[in-house]
Amino acid sequence: MSPIGKAFPRKEGRKKVTGKALYVDDLSFPGMLHGVTVRSPSPRGRITKISFEGDIPWDEFTVVTAKDIPGANYVALILNDQPYLAADFVNHPEEPILLLAHRDKYLLEEARRNVRIEIEEQPAIFNLEDSLARKEIIWGEDNVFKKYLVDKGNVDEVWANADFIVEGEYETGAQEQLYIENNGAIAIANADKGVTVWGSMQCPYYVHKALVKLFDLPEEKIRIIQTETGGGFGGKEEYPSLIAGHAALLAWKSGKPVKMIYDRAEDMVATTKRHPSRTRHKTAVTKDGKLLAVEIDFVIDGGAYCTLSPVVLSRGTIHSAGPYVCPNVRIHSRAVATNVPPHGAFRGFGAPQSIFALERHMDKVARTVGLTPEEFRRRNFIHEGETTATSQVIRERVDMDQLLTRALQLSNYHEKRERFARENAESNGRFRKKRGVGFATFMHGAGFTGSGEVYLQSVVSAEATVEGVVRILAASTEIGQGTNTIFSQIASEALGLDVDLIEIVQPDTAHVPNSGPTVASRTSMVVGKLVESAVTGLKQTLIGSSLLPHEYGQSEFKRACAEYIARFGSLKTSSTYQPPPNVHWDDEKYQGDAYGAYAWAVYVAEVSFDELTYAAHVEDFVALQEVGRVLNPVLAAGQIEGGVAQAIGFTLFENVVWKDGRMANNQMTNYIIPTPVDIPPIRVYFEENPYAYGPGGAKGIGELPMDGAAPAILNALENATGVSFNEIPLLPETLMVKLL
Amino acid sequence: MNNRHTVEFKVNGEARSLEVFSMARLLDVLREQLQLTGTKEGCGEGECGACTVIIDGQIVNSCLVPMAQVNGCEITTIEGVAGGDQLHAVQQAFIDHGGAQCGICTPGMVLAAVDLLNRNPEPTEHDIRNGLAGNLCRCTGYMKIFESVVRAYKK
Repeated sequence: MSPIGKAFPRKEGRKKVTGKALYVDDLSFPGMLHGVTVRSPSPRGRITKISFEGDIPWDEFTVVTAKDIPGANYVALILNDQPYLAADFVNHPEEPILLLAHRDKYLLEEARRNVRIEIEEQPAIFNLEDSLARKEIIWGEDNVFKKYLVDKGNVDEVWANADFIVEGEYETGAQEQLYIENNGAIAIANADKGVTVWGSMQCPYYVHKALVKLFDLPEEKIRIIQTETGGGFGGKEEYPSLIAGHAALLAWKSGKPVKMIYDRAEDMVATTKRHPSRTRHKTAVTKDGKLLAVEIDFVIDGGAYCTLSPVVLSRGTIHSAGPYVCPNVRIHSRAVATNVPPHGAFRGFGAPQSIFALERHMDKVARTVGLTPEEFRRRNFIHEGETTATSQVIRERVDMDQLLTRALQLSNYHEKRERFARENAESNGRFRKKRGVGFATFMHGAGFTGSGEVYLQSVVSAEATVEGVVRILAASTEIGQGTNTIFSQIASEALGLDVDLIEIVQPDTAHVPNSGPTVASRTSMVVGKLVESAVTGLKQTLIGSSLLPHEYGQSEFKRACAEYIARFGSLKTSSTYQPPPNVHWDDEKYQGDAYGAYAWAVYVAEVSFDELTYAAHVEDFVALQEVGRVLNPVLAAGQIEGGVAQAIGFTLFENVVWKDGRMANNQMTNYIIPTPVDIPPIRVYFEENPYAYGPGGAKGIGELPMDGAAPAILNALENATGVSFNEIPLLPETLMVKLL
Repeated sequence: MNNRHTVEFKVNGEARSLEVFSMARLLDVLREQLQLTGTKEGCGEGECGACTVIIDGQIVNSCLVPMAQVNGCEITTIEGVAGGDQLHAVQQAFIDHGGAQCGICTPGMVLAAVDLLNRNPEPTEHDIRNGLAGNLCRCTGYMKIFESVVRAYKK
């Protein structure tokens, strides 16, 4: 019986429900010190003095500054502009300047408060409008980290003769990933043995690359081990390189193991968040509701250093025109610098921002033309054989019409639309709840953008033991999304063995090859395919050596493994990424096959709006998507439900309050995420359309659910109130100001 | 405040006597002195519920409990929920129905669910939502947690 499509329980589930799973803060080493970071009190300026004050036995402390860095003082990523420790100039509040270690963590905290940093302040800018206006030049020559231009057809020839031109502007705010386990790392480091780090992370090889540069050591002297990770959502994509490096610098200087665990306040104030965005749309459309031209200006606030902003911008740019066909498209996008802590990866990676703008705008265009949101979209959906904004020809079967029909039926959309219109009208003059329903239609590309996967050259290995257990070696991390279970199912299917005979090796750069980062909805689809081919190679090796017949059972497999290992010493195979055929991408023109495959979706939200409290509440949510073949229905639904809940938070709850570039509400008391009483029933449905190049037919799934909820909810809110809202987060206080 | 005192209490049925600062957090004592690391710290201010334990039949956030308050108390942590190798029905349901993803909120969530079912053996959906309202999860969107609780009591 094929294990694909079955609800196998989570592989590491038992240790998680019994409290035996070991996260980084659960580890301890003899003689271990604790480490803390002393950070910049100012957004921008020159460091003039550092003094160690108070009644603190300073000689007991290990103190690390930029001068103690053995290698290069930058976090190796894309542009290498972010220092590990600011040497003489700071560019954002909470920028790391100095590190302290001591065995007593309470004394350490007191010491941290007694390091005085004096800064000669320089003018700073805190939002993307000021950055675009070059109110101050704070980065490079023009504050721009990266820009893209996607140009298909010629939009300029269309405006003069269009029946309608519809313009709109849309904004999204910062969002904290808020994994429940804060960032943390433990390091042991010395010149003799090199550097070993245990930590909570998504991408062990990102950390590895960064520490090779930081310590100027050969690759084999840096070892990174992922401990059980309590959520990531992108927040543990690039940031762990920083905290791992800091712990390692303290360990290097002190000669002792150093543990560095952020508390919630520090994690929220100092680490990355989702990029705030502003999108402008200008759309030409015929009186029949056919799109003629789409012009999009998409800007994201990258914060003080480049980090991953160019790639976040790329995904946001490509997704900004959505699942529609239009002959003329121009997308101009920029990631700009501000003096706030760098923004970074967060589930969806730029797409939730640009899709929010698009799907709000599509409702506006529909209204202008005089069509329903449904009918307008139906006239413009992309089909097999048609091209996207980047001129990618869609070669898979796509049926957005059918998805939309089914989603509207499942949500009882038409009946609700009619009933709510009637009931809302009757409520005039009395305080009560108004209700509305709205939807969004969208797609999400899986895997790295464009030629990214080709550059990554990911590798997965499989190794058999004499007991006939197959061990999967990959750097892809289990962060709650189900990597361990999915890889086991894929290997089990390819080998015809029980899932229990598959072992997933803990990601440790000393033992596992680089299968790439755990990001971009790529783990199941791209790395899973490598798992499939690596174990198939293992099977074929046994068959080729005549130790295993083509048809075999578990006992024969075990005997064959034992015999092969007795004869040849070991049995291990590897598989390296090969792109699917006919995939072409032009990095210069930003044209071509942006992604190997897309997931397609329609999300429908029912919203109530309380005229007394101005609270908007999501009452019902239908999430219908086509993600290729579903590998594990419980894990897949769990991904969708979790993503939708995060997106509801993004829309109606989660407000980062900024004060001079610093998060002012860096506590869970003041930054509100949805609780068990806030989330509506999330009803998840799949259409299955196997993808030829995914393992078992699967496509990516992890980021998709972050994309559609925000516009669906605001479309529903407009339906309920008759007022158009184009900014999120949308809190009751904003609603009140706008509706009073 | 800075003096150490002897505090006597029971953890998972076992009697303990410890020299501690009276204002030390129960969370830290459990994790660092008793090596019961299944109790997690998520926020340190009583918002997230990752540090939930049961004290004398009440669920509490152990990050807000000073040691001075637990003298003579009986404490159950996640390590004391299963009966040896036999998982509690709530733990088994969390495994079978996707109630745990990254697992960091899971110990607290399981204890909150166990406590809820102790007080209310057949909770409605409304009861479940309110019973778990002090425990935050960022992975699941709560749907599979609710389902796990329902499956646990229907078993």
